[in-house]
Amino acid sequence: MNVCFTLNNAPTELDVGPGERLVDVLRARGYMGTKYGCGTGECGACVVLLDGEPVNSCLVLAPRVEGKEVITIEGVGSPLQPHILQEEFSKAGAVQCGYCTPGMILSSLALLARNPNPTREDVLRALDGNLCRCTGYVKVVDAILSAAARMRERKES
Amino acid sequence: MKTHDTKVVGHSVLKIDALGLAMGRASFTDDFTLPDMLHARLLTSSLAHARIKAIDANDALSLPGVAYILTPENSPRVFHTTAGQGFPEPSPYDSVMFDWKVRHVGDKVAAVAAVTEDIAEEALRRIRVEYEPLEAVFDVERALAPGAPVIHDEAEARAVIPVTYEPKRNLAAEVSFSVGPVDELWERSELRFNGEYGVHRASHCAIEPHIAIAYLDADARLIIRSATQVPFHARRIVAQVLGIPAGRIRVIKPRLGGAFGGKQEVILEQIAGLLCLRTGKPVRLRMTREEVFLTSRTRHGQRLRLRSTVNQEGRVTMLDLSTVLDTGGYGSHGLTVATNTGSKVLPLVNRTEAVRFSAKTAYTNLPVAGAYRGYGATQGSFALNVQMDEMARALGMDVLDFWKRNHIRQGESSPVFQALGEGTEGVPMTIQSCGLEACLEQGACAIGWAQKHGKNQKGRFARGVGMAALMQGSSIPRIDMAAASIKLNDDGSVNLLVGATDLGTGSDTVLAQIAAEVLGIPIDKVIVYSSDTDLTPFDTGAYASSTTYLSGEAVRRAAEDLGRGVRRVAGKMIGEDPATLVLEDGNVKSPRSETSLGDVALRTLYQEEQEQLMGTASAYSEQSPPPFSAHFVEVEVDRLTGRIAIIEYVAAVDCGVAINPVLAEGQTEGAVINGIGYALFEEYLMDSNGKMRNPNFIAYRIPTTRDFPNITTILVPTYEPSGPYGAKSISEISINGPLPAISNAVFDAVGIRLRHAPFTSDRVWSALRSI
Repeated sequence: MNVCFTLNNAPTELDVGPGERLVDVLRARGYMGTKYGCGTGECGACVVLLDGEPVNSCLVLAPRVEGKEVITIEGVGSPLQPHILQEEFSKAGAVQCGYCTPGMILSSLALLARNPNPTREDVLRALDGNLCRCTGYVKVVDAILSAAARMRERKES
Repeated sequence: MKTHDTKVVGHSVLKIDALGLAMGRASFTDDFTLPDMLHARLLTSSLAHARIKAIDANDALSLPGVAYILTPENSPRVFHTTAGQGFPEPSPYDSVMFDWKVRHVGDKVAAVAAVTEDIAEEALRRIRVEYEPLEAVFDVERALAPGAPVIHDEAEARAVIPVTYEPKRNLAAEVSFSVGPVDELWERSELRFNGEYGVHRASHCAIEPHIAIAYLDADARLIIRSATQVPFHARRIVAQVLGIPAGRIRVIKPRLGGAFGGKQEVILEQIAGLLCLRTGKPVRLRMTREEVFLTSRTRHGQRLRLRSTVNQEGRVTMLDLSTVLDTGGYGSHGLTVATNTGSKVLPLVNRTEAVRFSAKTAYTNLPVAGAYRGYGATQGSFALNVQMDEMARALGMDVLDFWKRNHIRQGESSPVFQALGEGTEGVPMTIQSCGLEACLEQGACAIGWAQKHGKNQKGRFARGVGMAALMQGSSIPRIDMAAASIKLNDDGSVNLLVGATDLGTGSDTVLAQIAAEVLGIPIDKVIVYSSDTDLTPFDTGAYASSTTYLSGEAVRRAAEDLGRGVRRVAGKMIGEDPATLVLEDGNVKSPRSETSLGDVALRTLYQEEQEQLMGTASAYSEQSPPPFSAHFVEVEVDRLTGRIAIIEYVAAVDCGVAINPVLAEGQTEGAVINGIGYALFEEYLMDSNGKMRNPNFIAYRIPTTRDFPNITTILVPTYEPSGPYGAKSISEISINGPLPAISNAVFDAVGIRLRHAPFTSDRVWSALRSI
């Protein structure tokens, strides 16, 4: 069946099976930044933004994105123009193995879109669906708070 | 103490792959597809102990899209170990690809390759296996008792180095040593302690599941992309199991999504490789999360007994540690984790007159244990640090002062170093750098030890502080080896080729920093390529806290080697004695004149006396200098619910010179959180048939941001003369701290002594009720 949606701001039409999961559809089409970690919606490695909200794409059937807007990590920044969050994650040492990082950045993006000035508590709550075994979260939280500050500055100027 | 004025080393340069990873661009094993690639799945056992009487795959094979099915019938019966260690391995050869017997729930029975993962999964359901159930054994004591069911009754199971291995008794390994009058001191001491400590099985939970993709190149060589810590061992083991020369195999480790010891095991590579050879098509084999829990590896659960004596002055005079390890259905790392339980723990207390260690590793019909960050030191440190706290309290001393009276110091040796090796005798070693005293002082100061310790609070919520002193090692002496090569390009950049394996730790960055430092170039002039058995020099792999120390030393030497060539050519170019030239800012300088590395390269590549300037070197160590650490934690115990909350955590670590402080902090923070999860809630819940009840992240909870404590890492600088730029290891040590530090803090808060982990609310609640 055909599904029409917006993928990283581009109108997209894909032929998908009714039982296909969004994570598999995206990965099969080369969007490899969406990772598989558990397949049961518990780890957050496959998080994408669906109409701006972070969802585990392993729990989303592909036909469900009809008419919606999907953002994957590939739609967030480019190597020549990284997003502030991507820069701050790198600078803070928040990227170790990097397998959970795309999901973390997308969850952070959703947080900062609705709350540009989050407290440490807000960050901890927003990221609690993104498991990371490498960093201990310390530098992840630092990165998100400094990215938030930089994004606010940019907006003001 | 910084004896080198360094420009790149010791600075927190950006991790070289961080931005690419944050873009989702960098390539993990599974981010790579090939035309006509088949997808494989494993059939695993639902029984803990059974013989396979018959296996019928015909129905599965007739399913459209199924390409091949491997079973015990058509797979090689080559006995090997999956442990991924040096050769010959200290782990027993007790595994075949698919055996006629299953030894734990989750044991491999067959593998299907099909055009899609869904078809492969459907095929699994159509394979009919006729089992003859056997009596199973789930307890180490019972497994070692006479009359227990024999888990490895096959004639072929054997040790390949001269060590104790008695599979007929379910004894997978045994090690012991004794120095001094242990029993005499025990008999005549007035102050003596005897405790039993239980430490449990746990999963590594790297977020990337285990995966391998195998394909044939144009010359029909077998190429395996794998999420492995040990590409060179993987090549050797695949060659062994498949019976083909290692030279016909290439193992490539791309970016890796976390490992922690779990990906030292070579489990999938040989299966994907064989399916590829049988079908001629690329084959992808990825574990499900449930398979990672059941079919990959775990930490060794241990039952430890520690006896000790102490004199009135507060000096520990005797330590006697004995332990039994549960290795599950196969003996992977069973000997060496046992050994490390003593060798990475007992030397910490170094004023004793006698020390004894004995360990037995038992087969059981439970999930298979293997390497896990900490590797025995996690288990042994728990027993030692809790008993040190017990001793100090009995003496009426502050445990901090007690540790200061007893711990090992720079310039000292320990009989344990010489006694305990890897299936052999150990290697004598004198400690050349030890910042433990500073770790104890700075950590205590940071947590406010003096104000918070021994407060004995009343009321529902009680706070307390606890601490632990720790050590680990840096590489396996006289066994590990690492190599590097480096070549100079037109523009003064260099290609650094290392066999070393970056697991996400940042070792590619650390190694690039070392090369940049030696050659006097910025880090962005170092192009790192690592972990490819065709293209990079050998390295035993990323384990035993070896990469910075040993692979780093290989890189330092290789860069020095290239530097000598650069000076030789530059000396001719500017008419100076090469020995007087300095490499700095991309240039080769004398006090009078200079040329650039780029100009040196242009001359040698295109103009005069043409040659490729390159360096190559290996590193091998006669010693394993321990990093040291002191951990401090403040907890709050809820007397009503038994819940332990971590209020604050301080880890002070001596890793020698931290090549990259931010990455070193990251190693510490990650290890501490992993250790906190292990101490408080991570646990395999087994049913009475040996099946894990919680093989998912909902029921086997690992720490999330909700569990985020306030962690402070203090890097206490020392200088290790045998390490590159003074570095020792840091990756493992800090996972050993939370278990004992939290147990001691809980005692400080509410007076209960937690000797069996994990410290779940119900256990704490029960303990509170029994005092």
